Amino acid sequence: MKKTLLALGALMLLGTAAAAEPLKIGIAAEPYPPFASPDAAGNWVGWEVDFINAVCKAGEMECVITPVAWEGIIPSLSGGQIDAIIASMSITAERMKTIDFSDKYYNTPTVIVASKGSGMTPDAAGMAGKIIGVQVSTIHEAYAQAHFPDAAEIKTYQTTDEGFQDLAAGRIDASQADSIAIDAFLGSDAGMACCEAIGAVADDAAILGAGVGIGLRKGEDELKAKFNAAIAKVLADGTYDAISKPYFASSIYGG
Amino acid sequence: MELLAWSPPGWGATLVAGLGNTILIALGAYALGLAIGVAGAFGKLYGGLITKDLLAVYTTLVRAVPELVLLLLITFAAKDAINSVLTANGFDPINFSGVAAGIIVLGVVQGAYSTEVLRGAILSVPAGQIEAARAMGMSPSLLARRITLPLMASAAVPGLANLWLTVTKDTALLAVIGFIELTKATSLAAGTTKSFLTFYLAAGVMYLALSLVSVFIFARIEKWARRGQRNATGGAM
Amino acid sequence: MTAFLQPRRIVLIAIGLALVLWCALSLNWTWLPDYLHLIPLAIWRTIWLTVVTMALGMMLAIPLGLAQAVGPAYLSIPARVYCSIIRGTPLLLQLWLLYYGLGSVFAQFPEIRQSVLWPILRQAWPYAVLALTLSVAGYEGEVMRGAFKGVPNGQLEAARAMGMPRFTIFWRIWLPQAVRRALPTIGGETVLQLKSTPLVATITVVDIYSLAKRVTQDTFIVYEPLLLLALVYMAIAGLIVLLFRWLELRVPSRVA
Repeated sequence: MKKTLLALGALMLLGTAAAAEPLKIGIAAEPYPPFASPDAAGNWVGWEVDFINAVCKAGEMECVITPVAWEGIIPSLSGGQIDAIIASMSITAERMKTIDFSDKYYNTPTVIVASKGSGMTPDAAGMAGKIIGVQVSTIHEAYAQAHFPDAAEIKTYQTTDEGFQDLAAGRIDASQADSIAIDAFLGSDAGMACCEAIGAVADDAAILGAGVGIGLRKGEDELKAKFNAAIAKVLADGTYDAISKPYFASSIYGG
Repeated sequence: MELLAWSPPGWGATLVAGLGNTILIALGAYALGLAIGVAGAFGKLYGGLITKDLLAVYTTLVRAVPELVLLLLITFAAKDAINSVLTANGFDPINFSGVAAGIIVLGVVQGAYSTEVLRGAILSVPAGQIEAARAMGMSPSLLARRITLPLMASAAVPGLANLWLTVTKDTALLAVIGFIELTKATSLAAGTTKSFLTFYLAAGVMYLALSLVSVFIFARIEKWARRGQRNATGGAM
Repeated sequence: MTAFLQPRRIVLIAIGLALVLWCALSLNWTWLPDYLHLIPLAIWRTIWLTVVTMALGMMLAIPLGLAQAVGPAYLSIPARVYCSIIRGTPLLLQLWLLYYGLGSVFAQFPEIRQSVLWPILRQAWPYAVLALTLSVAGYEGEVMRGAFKGVPNGQLEAARAMGMPRFTIFWRIWLPQAVRRALPTIGGETVLQLKSTPLVATITVVDIYSLAKRVTQDTFIVYEPLLLLALVYMAIAGLIVLLFRWLELRVPSRVA
């Protein structure tokens, strides 16, 4: 009896029962400015963090932001360590096999950035023989592998920033990422000095998906409806624009 | 240098918090590893034949597979296994905090290594002392407490010191699964501010400080464990 | 061999084989055909990284160990400091420091791209090799220090009495005996080095671990690639252990 009590007590110290708990919102533990990046005090700030707070408020849900390694974020969702993914995850058919998505909450084009004056074009011909950097486990990785078969090498990084870093260092010739992330990079000193965007890639809806949505476990229809209602509310009552104003010149909701 | 300052915009506080996490997980994993190691060592030496074989499988598996792979396997598999056992019995699944998961994973890995260290140390206890104690009629637990453990402590300390240093560095592997310990905190800081050299060097200095302090502490522990013993070689140890 | 195969062992082996068979039949291996052609190259990279860094690291470790065992203070102290730094910091940190730290230097000085070394500096594997080699040198420097000190002094004195030049003493007597003493430890360290190679996946070097991660990311299947990965590493570790056992048999040693 004493032993089971002790064991239960120990287990409770280590973790808490899953029921009756705030919603754990998984974000990527890697910085992804301007959507989510840590500040010097260790708090996560950015457009997506503001969005999470707005959606949770609109949906009257208590949310806890839980950073999880990006490459393990879907297994973490399936395994129950987090309850939703709000980490700029694109809605793709491949991911829909494993998880469910809410309605989209933004949609921005995919752009390639390269060294200044490289003369490269964002298509298979332009990428032939070049070294491209992408973030691991993203639509950009899938796209590059499908559409740029003649690339000399497709390097995968833990974070988009590391890819940009190697681009600035000259280790790779081009990097494919979301246009907003690239704008953030080109706005920095290193980016301004070294590189320029060479244009958006040809669309491939199957791989690039239909915008960014909230990742949810399959079968959680109630939660999905809650989030969809909350997103609609945030869009309708102007909170979305209010959040986006400090970060972006125009709405990123997209078509 | 102002990036390392304590308060924002300096990242100093975040790095130290990461170091705190590192030490916390290392302590927990080390303690768990020791507990498993004591059980494993006694099992390997005095256990039944099947116990010995199973323990041999455990230590060989852990020592043959990279920690990173074990980390991923245990992080996902152990959580799933424990939670499925709980749900099958009608309990709610438990959500392991990152610290708990890190401690369990690293503790299991440490357990295999400390089994070997402790087994070697117990073997170095003079057999005559154990036989005399048994002849006196000491119960096995009293024997372990009064004779075996104190005598094997001095032989075990160098190996255990190495294991402590290993576990403090293995906590860096948790960075790959996104847990915010010192290495991950450094990577976040470096990625956000683009000052890679500054932060990685700072983290290196912090790990070095941790290991130097640990070496000093373990040297004192070894001196205490060796009290009353004659120096074997007569020269420097 | 027959002494090993006692009834309880046969039962355990049978259970183990049954487990493996169950895994092979009931788990999800549908991803295997798509990635089969990438596996040999990835395994080769892992083995190659282990072997090359171990060899280069040992070559560095020998002077480091010698300096600490016998050298004058101006050699032994830097060697000591080097080994302490390498052994006091995590390999992951050393890897990232070399790759991203130097990368930021390259970003600041674009002129480096014109130099003749650029094709090498550009790629990721040289940094992996460098970091792993420095790591091996740091740890094995300690091992070789103990090995050099452990060679019985009488042998060296006798050689000196014979009038052997110093380098010949080192090459013919001291080094071979030290290596002989260190061989079991070096075997264990080679397995540890094998287990350090997965870390290079974080700096974009594609080894077998990186390939398994890629399968997980593409297909969201978590366990099967990891299990296969564990199996591959166990097989390679087993090969290394067998190789070193064979080496130890070939090296004549008289156990006192």
